[in-house]
Amino acid sequence: MLSGWFVALLSAAYLALLFAVARFGDARADNGRSIISANVYALSLAVYCTSWTFFGSVGRATSGGLSFLTIYIGPTLMLLCVGTIVKMIRISKTYRITSIADFIASRYGKSQMLAGLVTVIAVIGVVPYIALQLKAVAASLDVLFEQSGHAEIFWGLDSTFLIAVILALFTILFGTRHLDATERHEGMVAAIAFESVVKLVAFMAVGLFVTYGMFGGLGDLFQRATASPELGRLLQMDETRAGTWTTLILLSGLAIILLPRQFQIIVVENVDESHLKRAVWLFPLYLLLINIFVLPLAIGGLVFFDGQGVNPDTFVLTLPLARGAEALALLAFIGGLSAATGMVIVETIALSTMVCNDLAMPLLLRSRWLQLAKRQDLSGLLIGIRRAAIALILLLGYIYFRAAGEAYALVGIGLISFSAVAQFAPVLFGGMYWKQGTRAGAAAGLMAGFIVWLYTLLLPSFAKSGWIGNGFVEQGLFGVEWLKAQALFGLSGMDEISHCLWWSMFANIGSYIVVSLNSTPDAVEASQAERFVDIMRHGRRDADARLWRGKTSLGAVVELLERFLGVARARQQLQAYAETRGHADWRELPADAEFVHFAEVELAGAIGSASARVMVASVVQEEDLGLEEVLDILDEATQVRAYSRELEFKQRELEAATAELREANERLRELDRMKDDFISTVTHELRTPLTSIRALSEMLHEDPRTELTDRKRFLGIIVNEAERLTRLINQILDMAKLESGRAEWTTGEVDIGEVARESMDSLGQLFREKGVALDGDIPAHGPLVLADRDRLTQVMINLLSNAVKFVSGDGGRVSVKVAAEAGRVRVVVADNGPGLTAEECAVIFEKFRQGGNTMTDKPQGTGLGLPISRQIVEYFGGNLWAESRPGEGASFIFTVPLPAPEA
Amino acid sequence: MAHKILIVDDEPNIVISLEFLMKKEGFEVAVATDGEEALAKVAAFNPDLLLLDVMMPKKSGFEVCEALRADPTRSGLLIVMLTAKGRDTEVAKGLAIGADAYVTKPFSTKELVVKVKEMLGVA
Repeated sequence: MLSGWFVALLSAAYLALLFAVARFGDARADNGRSIISANVYALSLAVYCTSWTFFGSVGRATSGGLSFLTIYIGPTLMLLCVGTIVKMIRISKTYRITSIADFIASRYGKSQMLAGLVTVIAVIGVVPYIALQLKAVAASLDVLFEQSGHAEIFWGLDSTFLIAVILALFTILFGTRHLDATERHEGMVAAIAFESVVKLVAFMAVGLFVTYGMFGGLGDLFQRATASPELGRLLQMDETRAGTWTTLILLSGLAIILLPRQFQIIVVENVDESHLKRAVWLFPLYLLLINIFVLPLAIGGLVFFDGQGVNPDTFVLTLPLARGAEALALLAFIGGLSAATGMVIVETIALSTMVCNDLAMPLLLRSRWLQLAKRQDLSGLLIGIRRAAIALILLLGYIYFRAAGEAYALVGIGLISFSAVAQFAPVLFGGMYWKQGTRAGAAAGLMAGFIVWLYTLLLPSFAKSGWIGNGFVEQGLFGVEWLKAQALFGLSGMDEISHCLWWSMFANIGSYIVVSLNSTPDAVEASQAERFVDIMRHGRRDADARLWRGKTSLGAVVELLERFLGVARARQQLQAYAETRGHADWRELPADAEFVHFAEVELAGAIGSASARVMVASVVQEEDLGLEEVLDILDEATQVRAYSRELEFKQRELEAATAELREANERLRELDRMKDDFISTVTHELRTPLTSIRALSEMLHEDPRTELTDRKRFLGIIVNEAERLTRLINQILDMAKLESGRAEWTTGEVDIGEVARESMDSLGQLFREKGVALDGDIPAHGPLVLADRDRLTQVMINLLSNAVKFVSGDGGRVSVKVAAEAGRVRVVVADNGPGLTAEECAVIFEKFRQGGNTMTDKPQGTGLGLPISRQIVEYFGGNLWAESRPGEGASFIFTVPLPAPEA
Repeated sequence: MAHKILIVDDEPNIVISLEFLMKKEGFEVAVATDGEEALAKVAAFNPDLLLLDVMMPKKSGFEVCEALRADPTRSGLLIVMLTAKGRDTEVAKGLAIGADAYVTKPFSTKELVVKVKEMLGVA
């Protein structure tokens, strides 16, 4: 049995030690010798491990086995996103962000409304969490004194209330000693890091004592666990809870950044971005160490207190006590106390800053009272407000604790808070990476998510505590089935946390995106969006100063700073700023845009960016910049980038153009070569008949005594060759006309069957002379096509005369078939001649390609008939091709489209 | 003894005119209408001079010329290439592979006769 006074004195001594550490840290900071190293920073992150970790993990492990680990896996994963966190730190430092509410408000146009909304959500979401810490400390005291019901131990006061009061005083002393322009509290961070060490040492001491002092080591414990089916369950991954695992990892990953105290420690209190690199591995290591003995303690407790109904949340204390190790129990109590105080201090400081800057200040700035007292130094007032806020928040926590009492397990409350702050994620991360996100969208997203959270998680937890009726959980709001708070729209089969996360994120992200896309940002929003998203690219001041235009006097701005920062602090900052601009005295500073920007940032550090903007606007005659103008200026700011992009683009264009030119040149060269070949071929074709004509006529001319038979023979050849020459020239001209598109066409309705019959008639004599059979399979009328009758006749005659040329006189047969098929007329001229190879089927349509390769059947054609025919058929939209195999005759087929039926 | 001339061309009318022309000048004349036949006739007929068309089926005049020039026993054979393609490159190619003269169609009968006689040394 421990003496109450002893415990009280010990606690007081511990708090005094903490305070000493904090003073030391502050003193060093004031002397410019910061003690915040990377290690201290990483340890201070462990403020994440509250009494919920210290006592609650063991309790959670007794029911959920390994699933307690999810709460620590999430943060470990989140810290791997170093780039995102560094960006957040960079933004916060550049714009003197003081809290997560300030961050979100500043991004969406320094909106007081958003800042207030975030603050309200944070306070409502986090107060239960603070209550949880009070409950943990009270419960641990109960265990130490072996009693329950929070007895009135001192002067008739409830011990928990006393704890709340002490914590409030302590936090006020800690966090609001002076109003720092950077809102950093190095002393506090040092104390928190110290506390992290204390709670780790305490927890590991208990773990070692239980594992090796009470049991035979880890092996023994796990053997006992596997021996009992009930305990063995704790060591297994529960697959049915996979959904919950994901949810918890996600929630805790978000919480490590979004909980107000975490944002405070990770972002606001960060003194050097590089410290994050240490934290990335040191913090997970810390989490690993503090979790090593969770499962052994849980198993040990269950084995040791088998069936005695001891609350697992108190195993950390009850196990040492059961063995009479009072000193160790006291150490464990101090460990739990540090976990609780650390959390409460940082959380209430962060929340009080938000309440002061984002709720109280906007109200005060509007009130008449403040306007009347315009000349007063307001820095004292600010500190007063913060102190009141700290007291108020702890009071709220106490009230919640009294009301909720024993209703809910520790872990439940923690997760409700995690789910509340998770609602900040879309607007926060969206704001850092998505310029289109607007204030209206952010407000809609936050509201939607918050309302769903309220309805599906907070109110049902109230109902469980019996404060309100649980009709909306059991039957749905107004008895509407699909409004059941924890099975919204019939989504059941999920645990309540996953259910809430799913629906709140759906509502949150959905509203944020939809409203953002359907709303137009104003000038301030647009410029803030640009600054936040492009923080890694923009120079700090240059871009900002140009986004402002207005008139003011140095005096007015200085007075404003003095009112909010206090005269001494304001002058100190002014002097430092003047020196960076090359002035010996701050009174020489010009009241220009850059100076006003400096003043606004300084003020933002004290009262938040939204309020700072309102205050600066009150002493400055601002000229409104239109959205267009702001965008123009931002455009200028990105001009260099644009230029280089343009250059790159130009270069790519040039490269593409070069490639195109090279290709065109290649094509031209190819065309040139083809033309050259063509001319050479034409020349050859023209010269060949001329050769015979010239040679024979020269001989006749020179030798008049040539015999009559020779003379007749020669003249016959000359006439034939002259005819051949004429034909050739005509066809070349025809071809040239067709190819250049200068041919004349007389297009009309043509009966293609009639054309076939007439062509067959006109060549009938030729066929009969050679003894070749010619038959036709042609409809009596039609089909009618739109074409040039003479040209079609030319094609028919060409195909028929080719055919008669190649079939033998003995048994030769040529048949013509005309038939209409799907949308076109098909004309086939088939012979039973020697046939063509597949290769020949293709090349015979080239100019001057003649069928037949031997002297004996050297055809008397020009080699232009088929190319001309193909040109003609294609002009009417049809095709001409040959189908054949050697020895099996050849078919020349052409099609002409039928005119579309009149619709 | 009359010189022997082999006329190689795939155009029948040109063959008729060349054959008549050369016979009238007193040469002994043989005719081939493609490259392969030309090589066979060279072996059988053993001509002193070849009037060789370039554009022929089966084997072109160039190929015939090359084949003959590769044969050392035929080193004394005179070759006159006849072509309807007037391009300089063709003339150069013909001479490069060993033709003794190159005549473009249509040719002057008088000049052709003069050239042939000159080459055979019967002027």
